[in-house]
Amino acid sequence: MTSVTAAKRPGPDGPHSGHNGRDGQGGRGGRAGGTGRPGRPERRAFGDRAAWFLVLPALIPILILSVGPLLYGIALAFTDAQSGRTRSTQWIGTLNFQDLLHDTLFWDSFRIGLIWAVGVTVPQFLLALGLALLLNQNLRMRWLARALAIIPWAMPEVVVGIMWRLVYNPDAGILNETIRDLGLGDGRDWLTGLATALPAVILVGIWAGMPQTTVALLAGLQNTPRELHEAAALDGAGAWRRFRHVTWPALKPIALAISALNLIWNFNSFALVYVLTSGGPGGRTRLPMLFAYEEAFRYGQFGYAAAMGCVMVAVISVLLAFYLVGRLRGGEDR
Amino acid sequence: MKRGPLVGRGPLLGRGPARRESTGLRTGRPARAAQYLALLAYLVFLAFPFVWLISTAFKPARELGSLHPTWIPEQPTLDNFRQAFDEQPLLQAAANSLIAAVGAAVIAVVIATPMAYVMARHRGRLATAATGWVVVSQAFPFVLVIIPLFLVLKNLHLINTLWGLIMVYVVWSLPFALWMLAGYVRAVPAELEEAAAVDGAGRVRTLVSVVAPLLAPGIVATALFAFITAWNEFFFALVLLKTPEKQTLPVVLTHFLGAEGVADLGPLAAAAFLATLPSLVLFALIQRRITGGMTAGAVKS
Repeated sequence: MTSVTAAKRPGPDGPHSGHNGRDGQGGRGGRAGGTGRPGRPERRAFGDRAAWFLVLPALIPILILSVGPLLYGIALAFTDAQSGRTRSTQWIGTLNFQDLLHDTLFWDSFRIGLIWAVGVTVPQFLLALGLALLLNQNLRMRWLARALAIIPWAMPEVVVGIMWRLVYNPDAGILNETIRDLGLGDGRDWLTGLATALPAVILVGIWAGMPQTTVALLAGLQNTPRELHEAAALDGAGAWRRFRHVTWPALKPIALAISALNLIWNFNSFALVYVLTSGGPGGRTRLPMLFAYEEAFRYGQFGYAAAMGCVMVAVISVLLAFYLVGRLRGGEDR
Repeated sequence: MKRGPLVGRGPLLGRGPARRESTGLRTGRPARAAQYLALLAYLVFLAFPFVWLISTAFKPARELGSLHPTWIPEQPTLDNFRQAFDEQPLLQAAANSLIAAVGAAVIAVVIATPMAYVMARHRGRLATAATGWVVVSQAFPFVLVIIPLFLVLKNLHLINTLWGLIMVYVVWSLPFALWMLAGYVRAVPAELEEAAAVDGAGRVRTLVSVVAPLLAPGIVATALFAFITAWNEFFFALVLLKTPEKQTLPVVLTHFLGAEGVADLGPLAAAAFLATLPSLVLFALIQRRITGGMTAGAVKS
């Protein structure tokens, strides 16, 4: 699922701003042509009614299956909706949220979710930045590296989970075998150990999300002005100073956006951990999404699970707002 | 322009042109070696799990049970694949996945292209709202959407049907499809359409015979991408499809894990490997286009 969304990343600022610029030109061109042509007003009429006609086929499904359910879901959080119950659903106000406040299991899960999200997003960003910088160099075999770097992106998340289960397998897995070969002990059961389960799962998360982040950052790197680089090099700036003062300022908007989106996606991720550990051992890897899924579709508590969803959205929005505001302000100070 | 004074300064600093070439952006030999080493480390990290998956898929049961597994199977076998097909309805699951993915991709592209055209050509509240929705829809956890969707589809008697799943996939792939297609529409010069209008072509005619052919590669790429996402999707399929004969490939793959989990490593690996092939092949086809499109988008900004 991350795959779709990842490539979308430059969407909000990239094409959109391009859109505005291009549209201005297009508009001017249109008007210039329009003065010479009497048929022009027809086109404006087309603009409104026909535009709706073109938009409706996509708009109706969006409203029914995306916007509607979203609002419905938020409303459900204030009801006692359950699956398979004959009594009609009732409004119960904020009772679900009050219960949730005292639900220590949920907050444990929430804490794990945050550790997971930050633990995946930060190393993923640093590793992807390193790889993007390398791929931006004029190295031989770069095409092979680019092709290989993309593999995790194309894989179904379920397969990624299965694959890493094979790697982590205590007896037949390559990880323990390598550890034994290197004489570092007997290895361990990574995914069922209380201490190792979460780090092991986080490593898989980092692996799985690297391609999108790398591709986004690489696109940003190719956007940095090469002349500036050469100029800085001529002035004797070392690699680090060039990165700090030339590359990073140009890369920053993309870096901010991709890491913010990664944080959201990672916090909401499901399939990887479902396949790897299904939340075990003892709830050590039970991400909020897994918790809410069980609440809704194993125990049938639709209203309660919807309330969890709302809390997740609220907390993540607040965190993101702080992150983005802090980052943007930090940039201005420099 | 920026370079002018700096290049002029070169000789002042005692750097001849040849020398400048070696110190400028050229990297020294040790640094280059370090770069290759780092790249190699990345490649190993990214590739080894996949290599291990393939290796496990071709290993006979005896080797899988041994305490010292090897990278290359000593006696490669296809037994795992045979066993995988015997244990789970893989062909049926692949057919289900194919129907869902093709259906979702085709419908998504058909309904997204007109809207993307409007988003790209008509600036206004509509385009802004659509862009806003694309962003907002990213931030919400699936849990908040899946419960209402489950209830809605249940009322429509579309739970446990591929049709219901296709509808969900269509809407779910729309944000990306819209964004991608709008980019491709913008790449078609508006002047071309004006020229067609001057030549007397009607509005519909212009769209069909001028814009559509130019958009075709973009539409194909978008459809392939929607196909891959639907093919790989797990969460919605897990919730919406209940009976094994309706389930898609990723859901059926999890049945190999079972309660005991470890028992069937070989068939598990074999089935997982097969399930990856279609997306890998398609991704290889459109990879350049996606990364290229992203680069183009970034450059524009």
